[in-house]
Amino acid sequence: MIVDSKTDYMESIDIIKKYPKEKRFTLAILQDIQKQYGFIPKPVMFYISEYLNEPISSIYSMATFYKALSLKPKGKNIIKVCNGTACHIRGSNSILDELINILKINAGETTKDGLFSIEIVNCLGACALAPVMVINDKYYGSMTKEKIENIINNYRRQSYESNE
Amino acid sequence: MNQMNNLNDITNLNDASNISSETDHSILVCCGTGCLANNSYDIYNLLKQKLELTEISVKPYIKSTGCNGLCEKGPVIKIYPDDISYFKVSIDDVDEIINKTILKHEIIDRLLYFDTNEKKKVISHKDATFYKHQQKIALRNIGEIDPLSIEDYVKKDGYKALQKILFQMNPEEVIKEIESSELKGRGGAGFPTGSKWRTCLRFNNYPKYVVCNGDEGDPGAFMDRSIMEGDPNTVIEGMIICGYAINSNIGFLYIRDEYDLARKNMQIAIDNAKKHNYLGKNIMGSSFDFDLQIVRGGGAFVCGESSALMASIEGNVGEPRAKYIRSVEKGLWNQPTVLNNVETWANIPPIILNGSDWFKNIGIKNNTGTKVFSLVGKVKNTGLVEVPMGTTLNELVYNIGGGIIKDRNFKAVQTGGPSGGCIPKEHLNISLDFDSLKSIGSMMGSGGVIVMDDTTCMVEIARYYMEFLAEESCGKCTSCREGINTLLKILTNISEGKGETDDLDLLLQLCNTIKEASLCGLGKSAPNPVETTLKYFKEEYIDHIINKKCSSGVCKKLTSYYIEKENCIGCGICKKKCPSDAILGNLKECHEIIKECCIKCGTCYLNCPKNAIKIGGGFDEC
Repeated sequence: MIVDSKTDYMESIDIIKKYPKEKRFTLAILQDIQKQYGFIPKPVMFYISEYLNEPISSIYSMATFYKALSLKPKGKNIIKVCNGTACHIRGSNSILDELINILKINAGETTKDGLFSIEIVNCLGACALAPVMVINDKYYGSMTKEKIENIINNYRRQSYESNE
Repeated sequence: MNQMNNLNDITNLNDASNISSETDHSILVCCGTGCLANNSYDIYNLLKQKLELTEISVKPYIKSTGCNGLCEKGPVIKIYPDDISYFKVSIDDVDEIINKTILKHEIIDRLLYFDTNEKKKVISHKDATFYKHQQKIALRNIGEIDPLSIEDYVKKDGYKALQKILFQMNPEEVIKEIESSELKGRGGAGFPTGSKWRTCLRFNNYPKYVVCNGDEGDPGAFMDRSIMEGDPNTVIEGMIICGYAINSNIGFLYIRDEYDLARKNMQIAIDNAKKHNYLGKNIMGSSFDFDLQIVRGGGAFVCGESSALMASIEGNVGEPRAKYIRSVEKGLWNQPTVLNNVETWANIPPIILNGSDWFKNIGIKNNTGTKVFSLVGKVKNTGLVEVPMGTTLNELVYNIGGGIIKDRNFKAVQTGGPSGGCIPKEHLNISLDFDSLKSIGSMMGSGGVIVMDDTTCMVEIARYYMEFLAEESCGKCTSCREGINTLLKILTNISEGKGETDDLDLLLQLCNTIKEASLCGLGKSAPNPVETTLKYFKEEYIDHIINKKCSSGVCKKLTSYYIEKENCIGCGICKKKCPSDAILGNLKECHEIIKECCIKCGTCYLNCPKNAIKIGGGFDEC
């Protein structure tokens, strides 16, 4: 578990307090936290547990059960490779292999520079465009191995430019 | 449109909007997920911008619509009243469309749809074979209206069914109408919707809840996404009608985490409906109150199962429970709950409005109405189609789908997602309805139809589904958690050439155990892909185990490629396409694959114009 010592995640309290103190909002709160930090930090789980008066174990079990939530920080750009059936039979594996080859990380991992994470998802509902890859919110349909390098380089360039 | 508080106002609104939008001057730009991926929103914006600056007598109204179904040929633009449809439009075509089609009513031939069945170009999309055989009920408005405009929905008879039940029918009559329509739940199990509502009405335990299952998790299915994105109001109207019928005042829409656009459109539609008094207190001036809330899913396939979905809404981990007591009696927070799938809700308003007799006349006996299928995989026209129940698989794949890509050989169709089964060529004439599909070991499921050709390996497909289900099993029942993992292990072994003949019996035994001992639908139906592939494609399993050969060229360890000398014309295409320079040979001379360099990607095999490249076994000499 990575806890950043520089921050105590106090902003998260404001996010949590937007919701009424009811158990049914646990998932919604966790999703907002995930969006804010890119993962669910340990201290925040304690804040939620206290606020909702729910045991920390139940917050932890939610955070580990649902795929939308993660305990590890994710990269700046999240690459989702669809492995739904339609994409699978149209060769999504070769797309994934090429990504692994270019970024030198496996699915579920984040690059050292924190720029990219690769995720495998089960169907994005864009089956007619198979195979599909999504980076952040942008869909790339009818993907081929050959297109990947260019797309990745574009994102690299963008983030270098925004850093300058 | 102002808030309406009495019946007269509503009637006036309906009269005022009683103009068919098809005679309007309008340009409809498809902004479903498929077309958006190809920049249709930029096209929409540019069209809008440029038309502002163009001098024209009647300014067309530009709308962004939901999915037109034929996503593969997107972005799609439809121009009324000329009724011209353009496919694969790019941003560079915008000027030409304005100058030629909008201003001079000329047709741009290049952008028309080429109908591969009829071998000709069509001007209106309605004349294309893909659309001609369809009959739309659930998808009736999608692609024709702006999903974010409640006025557009009202123009298409929207909220008229709601008005009818609130002022002319009592709950009993509403339920009777749904019962006699014989509508079956479109989520997969096919339980009669009317009798579900009736049972729930019987329990006098309040509050009661209405739930919409929008957690469409089947890989290869996207009909619910399209409905929520393209016509959110019909789902809302269906749910309010149910609320009125079973005496419930609150509903929840559980929408899959991955479906951002669907959630956004649904929320806007709910807000608009509240503004116009179709939702909230004293709906349309009646004494009935109903409220709707969206719950965002957390990305777990098992949450599509009704009891797991309810657990997830309550703020728990999405694990199913034993259903000795059905959720119509004790569902959400142990209160009576009606849960239906998105497509079911979309069918409710037309049934109320047109009557159950109208609905019963569509489809076949015991399976009335239509069903939406997502036709995907190795088929020429992929996309969403809605056909009457009883349409044959053959019609779906060959007429509407246009046949197999590159006219390769049809091998199988998987229906019902990971819980369904593979249907072989012998059953191509099967009628697509709940009962027929069940009789051959598959199921309707939510309606995914995945077409596979001779380059799909059935062992690998079974392995793929087990991999999916092993990941998605919630882990509560041992038989499902451990059983599926063991199935996966055995299938992986077979696909890597480590299979043994006893494995086939072991697979079947395991399938039985998992089916018998698992609690929910996920486990009970998980073995279906293994069982059906074993039943219909046993020789492929044996080929893998005994001959160590994958004749589809998918299982790489059991594949090698070689060139048949007598058929090779030395065209050099394979040599040029090979990514690892593993092919040698001079032009017009027979080529050769160097085994040590070959990475078995299959590019040469798929591109050889003479079919001279053949697949051998993993341990054959090339």
